[in-house]
Amino acid sequence: MTVETTELRLPSRIETVAAAAAAVAEFVNRSGVSDDAAFGIDMAVREAVTNAVVHGNSQDEGKVVDIVLKSSPDAVEISVHDQGPGFNPNEVPDPTVDENILKTSGRGIFFMRSFMDEVDWFLPPEGGTTVRMLKRR
Amino acid sequence: MAELNIAERQAGDVTVLDMSGKITIGEGSVALRTAIRRLLEEGKKRILLNLAGVGYIDSSGIGELVSSYTAINKEQGQLKLLNLTQKLQDLLTITKLLTVFDVYENEAEALNSFK
Repeated sequence: MTVETTELRLPSRIETVAAAAAAVAEFVNRSGVSDDAAFGIDMAVREAVTNAVVHGNSQDEGKVVDIVLKSSPDAVEISVHDQGPGFNPNEVPDPTVDENILKTSGRGIFFMRSFMDEVDWFLPPEGGTTVRMLKRR
Repeated sequence: MAELNIAERQAGDVTVLDMSGKITIGEGSVALRTAIRRLLEEGKKRILLNLAGVGYIDSSGIGELVSSYTAINKEQGQLKLLNLTQKLQDLLTITKLLTVFDVYENEAEALNSFK
């Protein structure tokens, strides 16, 4: 079974979101997923990297965002790691309930969960937060 | 080239913003916010966003649309959306915002709805 892996280390600034999305798009294109799946992966990656840069690393340029891309015959897996204080996704309110619909933020995790088949968060012992997202073929 | 290009035109008392590009975190979202703030400062409160050329929007861009909508409503104005791409329509559907925004596929119909 062939597994292709690519690792990226990017600085904590807003421009990183587009840079990461471009790198992931190239990886995904090479790994041959459907257009719909590629769109979903792109959305989810942008949201995950935005969270890592803005909420995790607070745009501190002394901190980096690490991205690991894995492609196997069954799935594409993307992990995004920040060096922030850690976070609990269960504390993020549902943006689709009536009282939250007109909020101007808080939809990133909802999009990640909507477009990927699996989304899990880990707090690794070395610190920070890792989000792992899987899109099955 | 800018991430989001916005061209302004006037149709009666409705200001139409023809937008093309991406409404994403950073430049795109800021460009939309700046344009809406400027229109409100100029007293232009009836605004139609023509999104035909917007091929991509992220959660920050969706947030900016919501922010524009509430800012214009607060000034007793109206914000309406025209020519959503299928992808944008899907995003507004899953976020339940399609029930909030007044959305049109035909410009004449959209302009008439302001009257």
